[in-house]
Amino acid sequence: MSNNIILELKQITQAYDQQLVVKDLSLTLQNGEIGCLLGASGCGKTTVLRTIAGFEQLLEGEIFLNGKCVSRSGYLLPPAKRKIGMVFQDYALFPHLTIFDNVAFGLKGMEKALLIRRVNEALELVGLHSEHAKYPHEISGGQQQRVALARALAPKPHLLLMDEPFSNLDVTLRERLSMEVRDILKEYGTTALFVTHNQNEAFAVADRIGVMYNGEILQWDSAHNLYHRPVSPRIAEFVGEGSLIKGVVNDNNQVETGLGLLDGVMTATTPTETVVQLLIRPEDIIHDDNSPVKAEVIRRSFRGANILYTLLLGSGDKVQALVPSHCDHQPGEKIGIHPDVRHLVIFPVGVQRRK
Amino acid sequence: MLVLVPLSVLAFAWLEPAWDIWKHLQETLLSRLLLNTLILVLGVSTGTLLLGVSLAWLTGACDFPGRKHFSWSLLLPLAMPTYVLAFVSLGIFDYSGPVQTQMREWFGRGVWFPDMRSAGGVVLVMSLALYPYVYLLARNAFRTQGKRALEAAESLGCTPVQGFFRVVLPMARPWIAGGVTLVIMEALADFGAVSIFNYDTFTTAIYKTWFGFFSLPAAAQLSSLLVAMVFLLVALEQRLRKRMRFAQSRLAAQAERIELTGSRRWLATGYCSLVLSIAFLVPALQLLIWSLEVFHEEFDSRYLSLLGHSLLLGLIAAVLITAVALLLAYTGRRHQDRLTHGLIRTATLGYALPGTVLAVGIFIPLAWLDNFIINLARSVFGLEIPQLLQGTIMIMLLAYIVRFMAAGFKSIDSSMHRVTTNIDEASRLMGLRGIKLLARVHLPMLRGGIFTALTLAFVDVMKEMPITLMTRPFGWDTLAVKIFELTSEGEWERAALPALALLLSGLIPIILLMRETDRD
Repeated sequence: MSNNIILELKQITQAYDQQLVVKDLSLTLQNGEIGCLLGASGCGKTTVLRTIAGFEQLLEGEIFLNGKCVSRSGYLLPPAKRKIGMVFQDYALFPHLTIFDNVAFGLKGMEKALLIRRVNEALELVGLHSEHAKYPHEISGGQQQRVALARALAPKPHLLLMDEPFSNLDVTLRERLSMEVRDILKEYGTTALFVTHNQNEAFAVADRIGVMYNGEILQWDSAHNLYHRPVSPRIAEFVGEGSLIKGVVNDNNQVETGLGLLDGVMTATTPTETVVQLLIRPEDIIHDDNSPVKAEVIRRSFRGANILYTLLLGSGDKVQALVPSHCDHQPGEKIGIHPDVRHLVIFPVGVQRRK
Repeated sequence: MLVLVPLSVLAFAWLEPAWDIWKHLQETLLSRLLLNTLILVLGVSTGTLLLGVSLAWLTGACDFPGRKHFSWSLLLPLAMPTYVLAFVSLGIFDYSGPVQTQMREWFGRGVWFPDMRSAGGVVLVMSLALYPYVYLLARNAFRTQGKRALEAAESLGCTPVQGFFRVVLPMARPWIAGGVTLVIMEALADFGAVSIFNYDTFTTAIYKTWFGFFSLPAAAQLSSLLVAMVFLLVALEQRLRKRMRFAQSRLAAQAERIELTGSRRWLATGYCSLVLSIAFLVPALQLLIWSLEVFHEEFDSRYLSLLGHSLLLGLIAAVLITAVALLLAYTGRRHQDRLTHGLIRTATLGYALPGTVLAVGIFIPLAWLDNFIINLARSVFGLEIPQLLQGTIMIMLLAYIVRFMAAGFKSIDSSMHRVTTNIDEASRLMGLRGIKLLARVHLPMLRGGIFTALTLAFVDVMKEMPITLMTRPFGWDTLAVKIFELTSEGEWERAALPALALLLSGLIPIILLMRETDRD
């Protein structure tokens, strides 16, 4: 573990029936990091996971685990020899074994006393020690999920893979459990990679997130950077809420937009007079009745503490604004706003000479 | 009631044991009977286990060329009664059969060939005929597992082979064991196949004691021993059913198949074809050839009357069974208490009773009742009346009802479950009551179940051999009885035509079953 890299994918490519599902995908995970592949269903994220586990052959590229090549075209280290733990989407608990035996399943060639201690340790970690004698069908879905986690962690794998680990749980449980799982993984010091289509889960659990689209990772970054420094318009729209409005960069490194002249740190340097798309997040728009800038409410969505308004600007652009819910406006009303944009996330479209 | 009478009669048979015949049996036969039965049960359960589980796993969890076709066609052997497969394979592989004749021609006279008329032969034939029971149940289990269970095991450090034995098999264990229990019941109850092979088991011994020694009491006592064994199995089976319900896996969501690669795919295809040919295709073809050969001599008015008897008996019995099953199902619906449920459970236990045992168990009390009525009429009214029940098809029909009630009840009951009390109430709100409710709501909803019940019962009765053989009135020969008579004289070719008719009728329920399993 010279450089502390546990998992490294080097330009892997995967295909089913001549159809590419993963293209040239690379990523690395440091020891103890939790990574996440985020994307809509069918974008190839589960395939990546299954390839890392050794269930699928690689077409091109290489996978390194602890510095050792485990997969390349024409070679596959059997899943059993990889020391990779996996939590399946449907948990895949063995219905004929008790919780204890499920967790003990992967512990082989071990003294009995040690085995019992390890299983108990894992069960205590997930808070299910009292249920050890029950069968999987006798416990709730959330508990099953934690048993699956304990079972995968007990053999102390180099890497833990989780396939949509929270998708079978109801919403409230999902939120609580995702935070619990992060705590457990951090306590165990496990390096982990999971896939999900749910941003909140990705943000809550992962250190590094890869946004996947059509078999490619568009950006492999921290949650903060994905939100505030998206590298492409697609990511800007996919991650979080927000809208892209048209703007033109002027001589003073300001952007002229339908919201007025915006000043701030720009994410990209562009020549002047460049036409750009500018990302406006809902929290960038402040409701201010005294502001000269007016916008028409075209949709409102009540969210308890806030109301998310969709506003039509004079320029024809639409932006969203998150406004405290005591300021209640109906569609059709015009309200005053002023922009408070600190990072100017811009995507150049082209250069336009003005008359 | 109908089930309990024969059972208690068999138990009471011990009150006046026929010691002389019993002693004779003990000296000469009993140990051999026990040993033979044990060999049969062990052999057939091992055989069906190997065949059934391997085939079920291949078609249930894997994918290979022809998999879809095999997954239903491997059920076809169910259509062939065991005794038909038995005499056909004897016909093919016996000393004078085509295979050995051909081999002698090629390799000379001294060529060695395993003797088919041996324990091994019986076990082989019965395994081939009965493996679909294990196959059908185990396939369901493997189908829901898919490859996910195996992958989970692999991710925990098991090689695929270890994973198969530590996870895949144990998860399917309740289903496999359920199938094997059914197989053992069939093996214990089998009369036709073992008598064709001259392999003495309890069933043939019961028949011989009755019709050879003419000792009904001794036959009853032998029967009771067999019943004891069967009931152990029934208890086992019911416990397994409970576990199956609990062990229903949650993995059923989307079970992907394991794609077999390279030579393994073709090995799988070859293996399935081999089993299918030996267990069904070749015997069926042979039957067809023989039938064509003897068609001119055998297809005459006698054959038609046999066929007529079989059809008529099947029809009457099917209607009776369905009617009683309906009655039971409605009773169970109206009274949801434990007593009723217990009674219904008992009433459908008859499927476990071997035909020979039932024949004895029904014949004794009815003969007693008959004589009682005759004596009563004579002493009280001074009338001489003929026997009312003995020598009529009443006894046969009663035995059929007891034996095949389960098949009818199950199909009716499952469609009855769809007629919920809410449906009754909804109809009442719309003003439907009484007969109208039955005719316009219940009957249309139950029609499928009633049809299935009729078909299953009909085919079962057609194929039934020992009950018919032992309780039929004079002259009421059926196809199955004819097969028994012809095969006990080794006239395989002449038995082919009736067997073919049974085979065809046996295909009907298989097609029904296949429609159910074909969905994936």
